[in-house]
Amino acid sequence: MVELVWLIPALPLVGFAVLLLGGPRLGEPRAGWLATAASAGSFLFTVITFGGLLGLDAATVGGAGGHGGRWHTSTLFEWMPIGGLEVDAALLVDPLSMTMALFVTGVGTLIHLYSVGYMHSDPKYSKFFLYLNLFLFSMLMLVLGDNLVVTFLGWEGVGTCSYLLISFWHERPTAATAGKKAFVTNRIGDFGFMIATFLLWTTLGTVSYSGLAATAPNLASGTATAVSLLLLLAAAGKSAQLPLYVWLPDAMEGPTPVSAMVHAATMVTAGVYLLVRLNPVLTDDALLIIAIVGAATALFAALGAVAQHDIKKVLAYSTVSQLGYMFLAIGSGAYVAAIFHVITHAFFKGLLFLGSGSVIHGMGDEQDMRKMGALRMAMPITAATFIVGWLAIAGVPPLSGFWSKDEILLAAWEQPDIGPLLWLVGLVTALLTAYYMSRQTFLVFFGGQRWDDKVHPHESPATMTLPLVVLAGAAIVGGAVNLPLVGDWLVLEHFLEPVFAHPHQFASGTATKLILALVATAAAVGGIAIAVGAWLRSRIPTQRLEPALLENVFYVDASISKFVGGPGTAAFEAAAQADKRFVDGAVDGVGSLVRLVGRMVRPLQSGYLRHYASGIAIGAIVLVLWMALRIAL
Amino acid sequence: MSDLAVTTSWYLVLGALLFLIGGCGLLVRRNPLVMLMCVELMLNGVNLSFVAFADRFGDVNGHTVVLFVLVVAAAEVVVGLGLVVAVLRASPRATADDLSALRG
Repeated sequence: MVELVWLIPALPLVGFAVLLLGGPRLGEPRAGWLATAASAGSFLFTVITFGGLLGLDAATVGGAGGHGGRWHTSTLFEWMPIGGLEVDAALLVDPLSMTMALFVTGVGTLIHLYSVGYMHSDPKYSKFFLYLNLFLFSMLMLVLGDNLVVTFLGWEGVGTCSYLLISFWHERPTAATAGKKAFVTNRIGDFGFMIATFLLWTTLGTVSYSGLAATAPNLASGTATAVSLLLLLAAAGKSAQLPLYVWLPDAMEGPTPVSAMVHAATMVTAGVYLLVRLNPVLTDDALLIIAIVGAATALFAALGAVAQHDIKKVLAYSTVSQLGYMFLAIGSGAYVAAIFHVITHAFFKGLLFLGSGSVIHGMGDEQDMRKMGALRMAMPITAATFIVGWLAIAGVPPLSGFWSKDEILLAAWEQPDIGPLLWLVGLVTALLTAYYMSRQTFLVFFGGQRWDDKVHPHESPATMTLPLVVLAGAAIVGGAVNLPLVGDWLVLEHFLEPVFAHPHQFASGTATKLILALVATAAAVGGIAIAVGAWLRSRIPTQRLEPALLENVFYVDASISKFVGGPGTAAFEAAAQADKRFVDGAVDGVGSLVRLVGRMVRPLQSGYLRHYASGIAIGAIVLVLWMALRIAL
Repeated sequence: MSDLAVTTSWYLVLGALLFLIGGCGLLVRRNPLVMLMCVELMLNGVNLSFVAFADRFGDVNGHTVVLFVLVVAAAEVVVGLGLVVAVLRASPRATADDLSALRG
């Protein structure tokens, strides 16, 4: 049944094509339902393929690169047979790609369903679903691709869709610029991806993952580190890590389902997927840098999330912070922990974003949390599910976030070089996460009413609350895929094991693990307690918790604007002047030189037949004389 | 009589003279019709040399080339005369110097 894998990306592509040709004619509810059906069908075939993969015997020695038997390549057609470069349009079915595809299509379908309600009466209703299906297709090509080139196709596809969806309401200038910002920032990362691909091909002669896994040990350590760092650049662009994170908070200009799907659950985890997929290439030096980047991003973005007033901006910075956790896990060598957190994060952050969308919808497009409060009465389902998401991301046991975050902190603790420092940064981030999410929950759903009497908050329709309930369920029990209590319960760990060149082993004893888990839980509870004191009981003056430095996120955006507006613009102006003077000057110079010479030789063409004839005659005489001289001498 | 044998050189000299007369005529005359006739004269001077050499060396290639030249010259005359007639019909007193529209 693994041969059916091509149907997984094909269905969203068909949905895209149908919506492209007949979207406006299908009209409001039908276009949305068609896209949702395409996504749901894709999920169904993912489940079928997943079943087929489980049917393959994991113990069989076989597959490429010394992997177990659970490795199936499905070649669609020969794509680029150019000399030594042979790139096939091929899909890969292995534990990692299937894990990613399962939650991409699963969460994606729920968000499609949610959008049917959320995008109600939008003038560009069908176009929105067209983009969503195209995005889903690209994302599936990214995770299912059998080689770097197919993955790059998906990588660029999701980048394009991200741009189109962020600036979906492009009549708003902020949305248009946010889309541009995301696109430009992502191009920097794409550059890293391309150079890494070229380097791998020139040194190893292959771009397919099986080939890379088999030949990666032959790579010189310098080249391997260079490739790893280029991949980190690519991943940092797509997954919003320092210093390329700047586009993600602005990406919240897009419709909320887009924020949930593209900018929380799926696309931004592509960088994590890429690094995990190419784990045989990553060197120890590069891993250390990845861990530092991840930890720094996690702390930095968590601090930024503390003082935001926009309900979606908090979640955006939170996403950046959680992605930092995933990079920290990769850097610590705990790839499974990273993928585990990708999955649980997709559940609870998708849930939180959809919940915030439900709030914005019910409040009549109000996003400022200072104008909310006490919404749990008006929106009971949204409030209940949002609280589940809050507790999950805060790391309260036994919800899913606790398990994945705990594993990352443990992996960081065991990092051989600067482990305890990384762990401490992760712990502080956990405390901040618990704090800012509690602050958000209290501001939105508890306390007193702060909205105008003109606004009538109401619960969202069933198409929107159903995905919330499903995701809340997943956020509660999602941790069950990898429970560390008994060895046999580490389902995800054992399932993904064949994918990794160096499987990660936790060395700590049970006592250390328990103590670390207790400290992490204490940090979560501490964060919640501070928020209760500040925002529910008013024991702590809230102004002191929101310095302007944090509200403006260390003035990063302002500094960039100031730099680009001042010396940056001057430099660009100078470059433009230099271009005009020297480059254009050289080109123009060639032109005028030709014209000058032309003007000088024009009189030769007199138009008189006798001039031409005498020219020929004189030429003939000269030739005859020359030949005569040569014979004579 | 016997010391006045006509050798190949005579033919060659005659051919060269014809070629020179034609060339000078082409350079000095302005009437397009006469210039065309001068070109014919030059061609036939060359033809004569070819035939003379062919006879001298017993080589048939010279004859062949002459036939080719005759055919090409006939074609050339058709086009050339056509142009000359067209030009003279437009302005009966035109000389070659009046046809200088292609001056650079």
